Order: sequence, then structure tokens, then C-alpha cells
Amino acid sequence: MTPRTLFEKIWESHLVHEEAGQPSLLYIDRHLIHEGTSPQAFAGLKEAGRKVRRPDLTFAVMDHSVPTVHRELPILDADAMGQFEALARNCRETGVRLFDMNSRNQGIVHVIGPELGITQPGQTIVCGDSHTSTHGAFGALAFGIGTSEVEHVLATQCLVQFKSQTMLIRMNGRRPRGITAKDLVLYIIGRLGIAAGTGYVFEYAGEAIRGLSMEGRMTLCNMSIEGGARAGMVAPDDTTVSYLEGRPFVPRGKDFQVAADHWKSLASDTGARYDRELDLDATQVVPQVTWGTNPGMVTGVTNRVPDPGSFTENGDRKAVESALEYMGLIPGTPIVDIPLDRVFIGSCTNSRLEDLRMAARLVAGKHISAHLKQALVVPGSRVVKAQAEAEGLDRIFTDAGFEWRDAGCSMCIGMNDDRLPSGERCASTSNRNFEGRQGKGGRTHLVSPIMAAAAALAGHFVDVREMNVDGE
Amino acid sequence: MKPFSKHSGLLVPLDRVNVDTDQMVPKQFLKALTRAGFGKNLFYDWRYLPGEIPNPEFVLNLPRYRGASILLARHNFGCGSSREHAVWAVMDYGFRVVIAPSFGDIFYNNCFKNGVLPIRLPESEIDEMFRAAKEAGSYRLTVDLESQSITDSQGRSIGFEIDPSRREVLLQGLDDIGVTLRHEERITQFENRAHPSAPLYDPASVDVRITSGQ
Repeated sequence: MTPRTLFEKIWESHLVHEEAGQPSLLYIDRHLIHEGTSPQAFAGLKEAGRKVRRPDLTFAVMDHSVPTVHRELPILDADAMGQFEALARNCRETGVRLFDMNSRNQGIVHVIGPELGITQPGQTIVCGDSHTSTHGAFGALAFGIGTSEVEHVLATQCLVQFKSQTMLIRMNGRRPRGITAKDLVLYIIGRLGIAAGTGYVFEYAGEAIRGLSMEGRMTLCNMSIEGGARAGMVAPDDTTVSYLEGRPFVPRGKDFQVAADHWKSLASDTGARYDRELDLDATQVVPQVTWGTNPGMVTGVTNRVPDPGSFTENGDRKAVESALEYMGLIPGTPIVDIPLDRVFIGSCTNSRLEDLRMAARLVAGKHISAHLKQALVVPGSRVVKAQAEAEGLDRIFTDAGFEWRDAGCSMCIGMNDDRLPSGERCASTSNRNFEGRQGKGGRTHLVSPIMAAAAALAGHFVDVREMNVDGE
Repeated sequence: MKPFSKHSGLLVPLDRVNVDTDQMVPKQFLKALTRAGFGKNLFYDWRYLPGEIPNPEFVLNLPRYRGASILLARHNFGCGSSREHAVWAVMDYGFRVVIAPSFGDIFYNNCFKNGVLPIRLPESEIDEMFRAAKEAGSYRLTVDLESQSITDSQGRSIGFEIDPSRREVLLQGLDDIGVTLRHEERITQFENRAHPSAPLYDPASVDVRITSGQ
């Protein structure tokens, strides 16, 4: 039998219908929805007199617009309230499970899917959110879709899809101390550019990837879309299997063994062919900091803000000039000299227990810089929040001057009240430094949780390797 | 969906690379419950000064491009967030065609669900169009999807490539869901087959609410 990639195995096992010259009809195992991109889909369904085909395979959560403080109080944002009411009503009418903002299992959709074991290897998973690529960490084919496709999946539990090309990204060598999954993925995007993954599914492999925990793999796959790839994946292994065992929606007992054997058989076969292969050296990666207005505008913390003149292509040079103007940065400034106004630790990229633990270890017994206006820690889910509180992480953060919040997307997208004010500069563990992403006129620098924590203490960026960190 | 066969209109050049969907429709407009009325929010932060005063320097606000229905853009147009609101805004503003060297995958897909034709052209052709659009007082194109050709107001004509199935969807204005539901029997057969990755355990321990907990 021809050796197959992980992607090909999942693709082929989900084909409902194929026709020459046509896109394929692909079955969807898990459909995650949230308040932001689903109302129009339900409305369309209703208008056409159609039903939700598989409410049992559909999971809803409130995350994008939820407040991260005083959730017990009435919500004053009438538009956000309209979204919450619409989602609750749509779920009630169609029988879809909803983790509403008061559920103890509420959280960011890409945090709770894996946490509850809804996400499993070998599945096809979609959500009306581009960071659905996160779930690929489990060896699932997971990608973001538009609202029309959300409606399509609600009605048919299928999607019409063109087969993507595959790109193998091998991170060779061991991840150095102080280097996290976030640094690896920012480094990859910096090397490849933000459009290199267009039309591709990434598969990440190599020693540095194998050595990552599931949390780290989720961070990595989460940002695949920032490299242009709708999906990123890591082959299931013992790390995957032990993460999933005992999670609520995961099979138990004998069924778990059957599932685990199947999951491990999904890894790409030796000799499987990819459309593109790329080798990178993980040992060369230094802590990454973005300086521009897309995630590919990134450099090592030991470097300086680049000079637009050093970019040869005209379009790039103009983009860099415009980015530096927006960011209020002068070419040649050392990255460590960039002063900060705020720090945000959170988002579907970096808000899991491991992220909070590594940040907490760094700030324990210290205090954030007096120059900062705010430092926020927003757990990715209420389960993460409860676990962190059981370990005393909340006290470590609040003693250090951070605000400890309730779970949600928060200042990554600023759809609730957590916004970066115009002209202010933020070290953020989120995924997008686009203009206005965290708030109109806000200036975002993407970093790892330990780089964010270290920057909060100093009030500017610092090379976290000079501090006492173990890299996890 | 409104079918697309042929469209003639004024072209507006947006000379920026990597335009992301956050730029096309900022977050504050993502709380709407319908697909309508997004045109006024398109490129909001670039298009308006404080107080929603049109920014006279932004290309869409230049009098010579008023009424444009074809958007010319640079590479990786529509990257980032999956928000279909970006296409709803493009459509509602009055654009029927977007031309760029490359597009973000999700945005590109979303166009076909809304009767907007995204056309990929080689970088050199795009450069030529930017030049023509900036020089000519009024640079108009006729885009014919049937013959896969673009003719400009100077009589120059070029072809473009598009996947035949996507072309068909636009030409006929097909309802995707309706087409998929023709395969309903196959979907049911697939669901009834032993499917290793689909076992679903529904535990009592999880705090799931089918009704609102408000």
C-alpha cells in the first residue's frame, strides 16, 4: 500500500462522495460554534426550513464577547447580549449543547474542546473561527470556516472541500531553555512568511515538536493560520493518548484502548510524500517578539527594529514603513528598549494551565513594573481557572500586580470591554498583531507567556533566557 | 445566491499587501445578528476619521473612484480571521469582483458563498492594472466569467483561471446546501458505517446546559 500522510488518512476516511473534477464531500465529526459567527447561520437554516442534522455532534460555547469580570451582573452591551440570547435560543430550539457563560466548563472554544475530550485524533473538526487549527495538535484535521459553511455543516454535517496540499515542517534538534512553542511557531512564520501556507495543511514534526506537551502543540497548531495554512497537525503519540485518557467525552475502558491504538496508527507512514518539505533548526531559535502589524514581522529579542530599506521588494518595504509608523517604532531600536503600557496573558494561543504555570513561576515573589498601566491574566477556560486557583497561581499573579480574570477571548480580540487603548503598547500572548486587533490604534507585540511575564516585571522586553527559566 | 455571469464596472486600486479581514471589518461590527448592512463598515479604520468623517486620503473616498464595483488588491488579500462579515461588507459596499495575485484561503472560499468573484492574476498583470488605474481618469473593466476574460476600457483583454466547479457555482448562483442534500442518502450511509473516529461519549459530569443559564 502506498505510504500515506496523517492528512491523507483522515481525508480518505471522511470522504462521503467524490467526483472527478469536483471538490469532495467531507464528513465532519465535530462542529464547534460560538456566539460570534453562528447567528446568521441559524437564521439561514430557519429561513430555508432546514434542521440541524446532528445536534449531538455540535457543541456551542460563549467566548468571544463574554465579560471577564462580574459575570453575575447584567450585561450592559446590548449587542453582545443579543448574541448571547441568540445562541441560547438557537441551541434550545435545535438541541445543541451549550456551555453558556455561567457553565463551569465555559471557556474559549479552542481551549474547552481539547479539555473536555471533544477533540480527538483522526477527527474532522470545524468551527467558524480561524484558530480552529489549534485542534490539529491532536492529529485531527481541524480548520476554520465562514458562516455560510457553518450553516452548511449544521444542515448536512458535511462540507464541500478541495483537497489541500501538504507541507512537512521539521523542527530538528532540541528546543533550547527559555524557548517555548510560541517562539517556535513565530520563528517558523518569520521564516516562511504569512502566506506560505495558503492552500496547504502543515504537519509539524521533528525532535523539538515531539518534545512538546499537548499544550505546546496546541499553541503551535493554533498559529498555523498566521502562516496562511488553514490547518496544522502533529501526529498522535503517547503524549496525545495520555492527555486524553479520562477526559469527559473520551471513550473509557476497553473502548479507550481500541481508540488509542487507532489514534497511534494515524501517524504519517514512513516514505509518505508531501508537496513541500522544510527543515528548520530548533536549536537556533531565540525568544521571539513581533515588531510589526502581522505575525511574520517578527525577530529575536536580541535584535533591533528593522530598517525598511533592508527589504528589497517594493511592496514589502512599503508594508514595513507603514507598520513601523503604526507601531510608533524607530528603525534600529533594540527590541529590549521598547517600553510597554500593558501586558496580556491569555487567548486561545496561550491561556492553558501550562502557560499560566510558566508565567507564574517567573513572577512569583516579584512585582510588575510601576510603568505599566495594566497586566491581565485571562485563563482560557473556567476549568483552567479553577485548576490554577487550586495551585495558588491566582495569588501569585495578583500579589505581583496582575489582574486575575474570568475565562474568554478578552483582549485578544477586544469584543468585550478588555481593549488596548489607542497609542498604547502591549506585550501579548495572543496570535494577531494586526492593526486595531486588540483595540483601535493599539500596538501589539506577540510573545510567549514567559516573555510576557518577564516584560511585565521590567516594563520593557527582556531576554527571558537571562532569567531563571526552564523553558516549559 | 445571486448568479454571476458578466460584470462591467469601475475599478478602485487598494495598494496594500496582506490586507487582513480585521481591517476589512473591525471587531465592533461582529456583534450583528444579520448579514445585511456591512458595507458602511468596510475598511472602517482606514476609511473614516474620528466622528465617522470620511478620510479624504483613503482611496475609496476619492471622488474619481466613487461607485467602484471592482476592487484591485495586492497579494494575500483577506488573510487572517474567518469572519464572513468581510465578504458581506465587500458585497454590500457594491463590489462584485475582487482581483489580487493571491487571497487568504478562508476569505477566498467565503466569496463564492456570496456571489463575489475573486480573481487571481499574475503579479505582472496586477502591476499593469495598478498603473492603468492610477493613470486613467476612469479605469473600467468588463469581467466575463463564462469566457473567463477581462477587458479593460482601453480595449486590452486578458484571460483568468478559475476552478470549473467554482465557476459553475457562481454562474448558476447555486445553493450549496441544496446541492449537498442531493447526496443525503450517501451521508446517511456514511453515518451508519463503523467509523473509528466518531464514538461520542456523553458524560453526566459535564456542566452542559441546553437552555440558557442566564
